[in-house]
Amino acid sequence: MSKVMLEVNELTTKYITRFQENIYAVDHVSLKVEEGKSLGIAGESGCGKSTLALSLMGYYFPPLHYTSGEIIIDGQKISGMDPDKVRKSVLGQEIAYIPQAAMNALNPTQKVIHFIEDVIREHEPATKREIYERAKELFETVGLPESTLQKYPVELSGGMKQRTVIAIAVLLSPKVLIADEPTSALDVTSQKKVIKMIKQLMEYGLIDSLIFITHELPLLYNVTDDIMVMYAGQIVEKAATEEAVFDPLHPYAKGLMGSIIVPEEGVREHELTAIPGVPPNLKDPPSGCRFAARCQYVQPRCKTRSVALREVGGGRAYRCIFSEEVLREAYKDA
Amino acid sequence: MPDEKSNICLSASGLTKVFGSGRTKTVAVDHVDISLCEGEVVSIVGESGSGKTTLAKMLLGLLSPTEGEVYFQGKPRDISSHKKRKEYWKNIQAIFQDPFSSYNIFHKIDSVLLDCINMRGGRHLPYEEKVEMMTEACSFVNLKFDELTNKYPFELSGGQMQRLMIARIFLLDPKILVADEPTSMIDACSRATILDMLMQLRDDIGMTVIFITHDIGLAYYVSDNVYIMEQGVFVESGSADDVILHPKEPYTQRLISDVPKIYEEWDLSTV
Repeated sequence: MSKVMLEVNELTTKYITRFQENIYAVDHVSLKVEEGKSLGIAGESGCGKSTLALSLMGYYFPPLHYTSGEIIIDGQKISGMDPDKVRKSVLGQEIAYIPQAAMNALNPTQKVIHFIEDVIREHEPATKREIYERAKELFETVGLPESTLQKYPVELSGGMKQRTVIAIAVLLSPKVLIADEPTSALDVTSQKKVIKMIKQLMEYGLIDSLIFITHELPLLYNVTDDIMVMYAGQIVEKAATEEAVFDPLHPYAKGLMGSIIVPEEGVREHELTAIPGVPPNLKDPPSGCRFAARCQYVQPRCKTRSVALREVGGGRAYRCIFSEEVLREAYKDA
Repeated sequence: MPDEKSNICLSASGLTKVFGSGRTKTVAVDHVDISLCEGEVVSIVGESGSGKTTLAKMLLGLLSPTEGEVYFQGKPRDISSHKKRKEYWKNIQAIFQDPFSSYNIFHKIDSVLLDCINMRGGRHLPYEEKVEMMTEACSFVNLKFDELTNKYPFELSGGQMQRLMIARIFLLDPKILVADEPTSMIDACSRATILDMLMQLRDDIGMTVIFITHDIGLAYYVSDNVYIMEQGVFVESGSADDVILHPKEPYTQRLISDVPKIYEEWDLSTV
């Protein structure tokens, strides 16, 4: 068995609003990513995907607060660590994060090389020349032209900016890279370049494992080894990619898979299954299954008692009261 | 198709837009011909910077073309005065990419919808009747009007805002709708709903829809005809099945290969 790079046990984090309300956006989430593996996190807007990404870094700033659970990166426990220490010794080296609007993260008044100098000097002393050589080497490996280093962000296209941000994020060869919707603002061609780059990072060993967050399932299918579906702050399904896409168990996962559109024959004939309604307000989550209000297979008992994540072997788990056979049978008729 | 000439509702010939001059001269749209029949969904597909949005803005009358003519219902379009332009906009409306910046943040949702009724000449209707119309429009897009009254746009999610945009279109009832990447800022689950609603507008009301996107998969799902645009010119056009399942141009083939696949191998080596 290969080494576990990231292990998260029952992580819970909450937002405290200015009215002192607690919103548990990540609710008892456990996950494991092994060396050389990638995990995809899917779900619609507002289901806690991005909050999970922020929480995994172990660096919390208000209104996000840590509540319970543990995060272990390569044997080192980072939950509950001093925030300053996390910033100095964990972020960038152990775990790196590419935010959703990464392309806007670049300061418009600074050249790209300056960001790189900033990042490296924060962690180790180095001369300008050394940093430049190192950056040049990295940029060449990931297929970015050397001239990018001397440019201002405005001189780069959206796709280039995104790839530059990714390159900066992996400067210190982090063990885990969290990519939060890195392609959602890009067109399909730039998207493909970004995906290719992320896959190369894995191949070249610049990162050891990857967490990829998106709502585009065809992307996850092509990038990750496992898929985790989140809904209202909880994991509702965990499975290998192939199984999650072609044989989803949870009704919500099934609905998500039904919204896939690809330019292949037969797509026009099959109807898209949109999931009606909106996710529940997490200020006051429903006491039973959180998906009950939108589920077409809902039973009275779904609404009263909470549903536990059910392990079914082979690393697969789902959160529903029905057994696998019942669910598969129900989907067959639909 | 010569037999369908009679019901062409919008067409353009030799449409050109040039930005800047001298060294910074950019030809965004280069002598483009397009014609739309009533009640069809047409997609314009191309990557960023290929001139899709510029073309749409010219068709909408938001940008004046450098060269070329737009014909509306067989006659040259006249938007020389403000009054004529307003008259033209009763027939053609748009949904834009970013639902968050499409609304006036100081106006409540009721007033957004009321404006649409007033624009269609419903100014003198009793309030109850207006409410009824708004409720109908909201239920068309699966929103509940009762829950929306007295709310500001920022209180809605992106998908809800975009749906409200379609409710506006439902009330305005234009002949042509230009949808400029209406789904690129919202997530995959809401996307299916939006696309289905666009098709419903076509099927129930007979609206002509111009759908602009970079995702050829979406274009394939919704449209009857597809135009592929590269650097300001159409490189390939025809029915969706012909163009997307049997592409001839290398550019079209590349666009298709760039979309992640599920049933086929996705080749990453081409970029």
